[in-house]
Parts: sequence; structure tokens; C-alpha cells
Amino acid sequence: MTTIDAAAGRSRDLTSLRGAQRPEGRRARRRLGLTQWLFLLPALAYIVLFFGFPIVKNITMSFQDYGTRTFFTGEAPWVGIGNYLEVIRSSLFSTTLINTALFTIGSIVGQFILGLLLALFFRRRFPLAGVLRALLLLPWLLPLIASSAVWKWMLDQDSGVVNQTLLAIHVIPAPIPWLSSPDVALVAVIIVNIWLGIPFNVTILYSGLQDIPGELYEAASLDGATGWKAFRYITWPNLRPVVSVVLVLGVVYTLKVLDIILGLTGGGPANATQTLATSSYHYSFVDFTFGQGAAVSNILIVISLAFSIVYLRLNRRAVDE
Amino acid sequence: MRKMTTLAAAATAALLIGTALAACSSGGGSSGTTTLTVEDYYQSPQDKVMEGVYNTCGTALGVTIKATHVPGAGLIAKVLQQASAKNLPDVLMLDNPDVQQIASSGALSPLKDYGISGDGFAPAVVKAGTYKGDLYGLAPAVNSLALFYNTDMFTKAGLTPPKTWDELRSDAKQLTGNGVYGFAFSGINTYEGTWQFLPFMWTNGGDEKNIDTPQTAQALQFLVDMMNDGSISKASINWAQSDALDQFTAGKAAMMENGPWQFGSLAKFPDLHWATVPMPTRTASQTAVAPLGGEAFTVPETGDRGTMTTAGKLVKCITSSKNQVTIAQGEGDVPANLATAAKVGASNKLIQPFVEVVSHARARTGELGADWPKAATKIYTAEQLALTGKATPSAALKQAQGSN
Repeated sequence: MTTIDAAAGRSRDLTSLRGAQRPEGRRARRRLGLTQWLFLLPALAYIVLFFGFPIVKNITMSFQDYGTRTFFTGEAPWVGIGNYLEVIRSSLFSTTLINTALFTIGSIVGQFILGLLLALFFRRRFPLAGVLRALLLLPWLLPLIASSAVWKWMLDQDSGVVNQTLLAIHVIPAPIPWLSSPDVALVAVIIVNIWLGIPFNVTILYSGLQDIPGELYEAASLDGATGWKAFRYITWPNLRPVVSVVLVLGVVYTLKVLDIILGLTGGGPANATQTLATSSYHYSFVDFTFGQGAAVSNILIVISLAFSIVYLRLNRRAVDE
Repeated sequence: MRKMTTLAAAATAALLIGTALAACSSGGGSSGTTTLTVEDYYQSPQDKVMEGVYNTCGTALGVTIKATHVPGAGLIAKVLQQASAKNLPDVLMLDNPDVQQIASSGALSPLKDYGISGDGFAPAVVKAGTYKGDLYGLAPAVNSLALFYNTDMFTKAGLTPPKTWDELRSDAKQLTGNGVYGFAFSGINTYEGTWQFLPFMWTNGGDEKNIDTPQTAQALQFLVDMMNDGSISKASINWAQSDALDQFTAGKAAMMENGPWQFGSLAKFPDLHWATVPMPTRTASQTAVAPLGGEAFTVPETGDRGTMTTAGKLVKCITSSKNQVTIAQGEGDVPANLATAAKVGASNKLIQPFVEVVSHARARTGELGADWPKAATKIYTAEQLALTGKATPSAALKQAQGSN
């Protein structure tokens, strides 16, 4: 409040000065400009230090031969696009790209559908709804290291609780090699990531649903639109802006998922769950070829950026409409 | 080759990025050294054994020792961060296959400056610590891999411990059943998986320079056959050595490939009766070649000659015969000095089988030096492809050898 008052007072001074003496007015305006910049300074410093510097550093690093030696000597010879060529030509690159796409699409579709169903479910008033909704947030509250370790244990082929249960109720004839078969591991990792992403989807979609006025449904029910029709013609159109936020943010979050995969499979078996994020980690912190790690992470950033642009355009169109 | 957790590495990686920003230098002490910093990756209970050795040596040298223990997989990341901040510890412990890579970065000083030589040490120990003709790291005690077997299960089945691959395969098959697997090992997609494959590969004449050879394919085929028999759990491709140990101590595995550093953990299960034999060979005439494990001590280039000289004296003390025995007994390792090892082996039945193994052991970095990690990655990649049935052993090895 005080800042607004001060600013208003100052601009009033300014208008009165402008008519009177020009040199003083210019000085005042210069002072105003300086004040504006001072207000901006903390935010700018923060952005430059914590966003600008790492990005610039990551981009330059991706053009350098930045390895173990660099840390001691400080020398990082310039190699141009050599790192990019090397990672793209690597036999693993296409695998990681496909895995990243499958992992992202699978996770988003699963999280969104389950999240939406749960959000719709919790719109109904029933006993303990609040408690249950709070419990749904649990995956979010657990440290990822802990939850991935527990999942790894639950998905164990021989003695994991998941296989034991499925075998006991005769759903499957033989144990599923969740984490030990290259054909199943990616599915297992996606399932765990869906479990992890549901709270985010439910929370945002639920609050979106709360914003839809109840009168719309009342009016529609008079016209005979209930159930699926009410969802199709009232809920979905009104929810669309929220849906686009959830989906685009979800994609950006999912593209960079690292800890869950490292905790469950470490990118294996036989690179079946290696994504761009895990391979970047591997280049940098296992092989200590930080230049190549930076190159992969830059490719990942560009892909994320493309989705962020889609998000911004969707938002703008929503405003234009 | 202790247990490592990827997530610990991830955490340290995050730490590394953070501190790289604040890479301000802080100099060490001057010539009148009173404190030496030591960095290692020992965890309980080994850390106490090592601290005992450091402090005894420190008292003899008249300096105080400040020891830091960094979790296994995070050590190299931490060392790199310290190198860029110019605050490396005065004495640094490294897993032996990392010594040459760190030495090649120029971060270490040659041990000959402090009058330390590898005379009398097992040849593989010296080879692992040598980079371009100079010794940079020396291990006081070393280890390797052997076959641990559950003696009760063997007696019950009327079997004797296997000496050849054929015996290992048939014994494992016979002991498999009722929730028990015949054999447990770590086939994980990390250097740990590579390390566990090496006894099979090297004994059969395989070589890391080119893994696309019939000898290596035969070794890999053997493990694939055991897995197809059902004698090895399919989950072993996600197991670390500690997981194989858990299977063995839970009575879910009749045999396991593991090392003497597990003696302490095994002692916690008094009802479990076990013994060790060298890893079986394909034919009876082959000599078992196992990889050398163990941690080497180095003196980083901190720029302060006086402190480095004292640090050199500390390394000399840690690697002395007397302390080799203390460390070997405390950690279930073999003294790195051959004569000392023979003496300890004669009095310690548990260590005795490993004395022979270590004298024939081969250093992982012996041939390729700082390029070993690339070859190690190829080896575990091929192993995973073959064990998951994605490719035949020879196709898997060919594919991995050709990748970069």
C-alpha cells in the first residue's frame, strides 16, 4: 500500500513540476527512472544469477571438451558442435528419444485421465471426501528417493507384493518381470510416475471444477442435459483453460523426470528406460563428460521450450477469445 | 567396489552444481603442518577401523587428522568439485580403478616424491596405482571376488563346491527350487555389474580392449545358460552386490559371487553356514583371473609442499605392513604386500582363500588406464542385452563394442 501511495504522490509532484522548471523536471524524471530500475534490480539479479548464468554456462559447456581434467586445470578446449554430433550419432540417442516420448505420453495420458476422474468424483459430497482428497496428496509429500525405493521393492519379480497379490488372485499365471524385462520396465516406470503425478492433476483440475458456477448445471438440467451431456457441454468447455495448463506443465515436468527412473531401474535393463534426462545425467556424472551431458540437456531444454511456447500461445488464444 | 547408490550420486551431483557457483579458493596450512585432512568413502563399520589407523599414524607424525567419509558413488563428484575450488584434501582415498583417471587430470602428486614405492606389493596393486610410469596411489589392503556357498545346502544335496563352470551350472540347477536360486550375482547396469562379470570373462581369455571375441561370448553365454536354466533370478540384472548378499543371507540363494568385505555383514547371521572357494573356471586347466578391488591412498596436488610432504608420510604409514594387517583384519581384505598377505593368510582362515586370488588378480585399469570406464560401460551394456534376451551374447558384444 505504502509504495503505491508514494508512487502516486511522486507522480503528482512530477506533473506539477513539469509545468514549472524544466531542468529540475528532467532531474526528477532521471531520479524516477533510477528508482524504477532499483525496484527491478532484485528480480533482475535473481534471474541473471539463478536462471541466466546456468543457462549460459550450460550452453557454453556443450561446445567444450569439459571433463575431469577441466576441474583441475580449468582448461576446457572449444570443440564446436562436436559434443552434439557425438551424442546424436551415439547408438543410444534414438532409443532415449523414443523412450522419452513414450514415457511422457504414457505418463501424461494416465495422470490426466485418472486425475480428471478423481477430481469429478470428489466434486460429489460424501462422508470423508475431504480426508480422502488429502490422502491423495500423499505421493507428493513423500521424498522421491524413499518412494522409488519402496516401489522397487514392491515391483520385485520374485517376492514383490504386486506380483504376489496378482498371483494370489489369479490375475496372472506367472510373475511379471516388472523391472527386469526390457519390454516391461518402461511400463512399470510409467505406472509409478502416473501414481506420482495424480495429486498434481487432481488438485488443479478439482480447483478448476470448483470455479464452474453451479447455476450452469441447474439451467442445463432443466433443459435435460445431465450426466455425460452436462460434462460434454458444460464441464469440458469451462475446464479447457485449466486442462491446457495441466497438460503443458505436465509435459514439461515429465520430460525432465530423473530421480524416479534412477531409483527404479537406473535407465536399465539394457537401456530400456534410458531417457534424455537419465542419459544426460549419465554423461555428466558417471562418465564425467560434462560437455556431452550439457549437449543432451540442451536438446531436452529445446524440446521443453517448444511445449512452453505452445502453452503460451494457447493462453494467448484463450485471452483473445 | 563397495555398495553404491545412484541416488546418493544424484544428491552429490546436485551439490556439485550448487557449489561450483561458489568455487572460491581456500588455501591449506603452511609448512608447520598441524592438521591433515583425509577423505575416503568408508562407511560403518569400516570407517572406525580406518580412523583408528589414521589417528595412530597422526600421533606418530605429530599431526591431528580430520577424516571425512563421502558416500561411495559421490566421491569422484566431490573430488572434482574440490579440485575446481582448489581445496582438495591432503590425503585422498580413491577406488583403485579411478586412480589413473584422476591422476591424468593432474590432481595428484607422484608418490616417489615421498619415498613411497610399490616394492613387494601385489603386481596388480602397483599397476592400478601407476599412471605414465609414476606411482600415484597405493592400496594398503585389497580384495577380489570368490564364490560363497551355503554349506548346509551343499551337505544336504550331497554336493562339493564347484571347480568348473559345468559343475557350477549343474550344482546350481540341483540347488534351485522352493524359492531358492542356485546362484546369485550382480548383473546391474553399472560398473559393479562389469566387475562381477570380469572373473568369467578374464578367466576364459576375454579382454577389455575388444570384447567382441569368442572367449568373452562364451563367458557371457555361460551366464545366459544359467539364467535360462532358472538357476539365476531374472531380477539379478537390477541387483547390486549387496542385493546378492541379501538373497544369500535370506537363504534364497545357495551360492553367490561376492567379496571378503561382506564378512562383517555375514557374521550377523550366526545360523548361516558358509564357506568360500575361488571362482570356478571353464576348464580345470584354466587359472582363475579375478579383478583387483580395493582402495588406494593418494596425495593430491594442493600446492603446499610442506603439507604435501607430511601427507606423503601419512600415506607411507597407512600403507606400512603393520597397518596393512590392521586394515585387512578390520575390513576383511588381504594385505597388499605379498609377504604380509602370506603371513596373515596363514593365521586367518577366512582371508586365506583370497590371498591366492589376489596374487593372480588383474587391475581393471591395467591395460586401458584412464579409458577403462568406456570399456566397462560396453561390458555391462552387452551383459544386460544378453541377459535380458535382447540379443545373443555374440551379437550383444558386437553391438556394445561398436557403440560409443
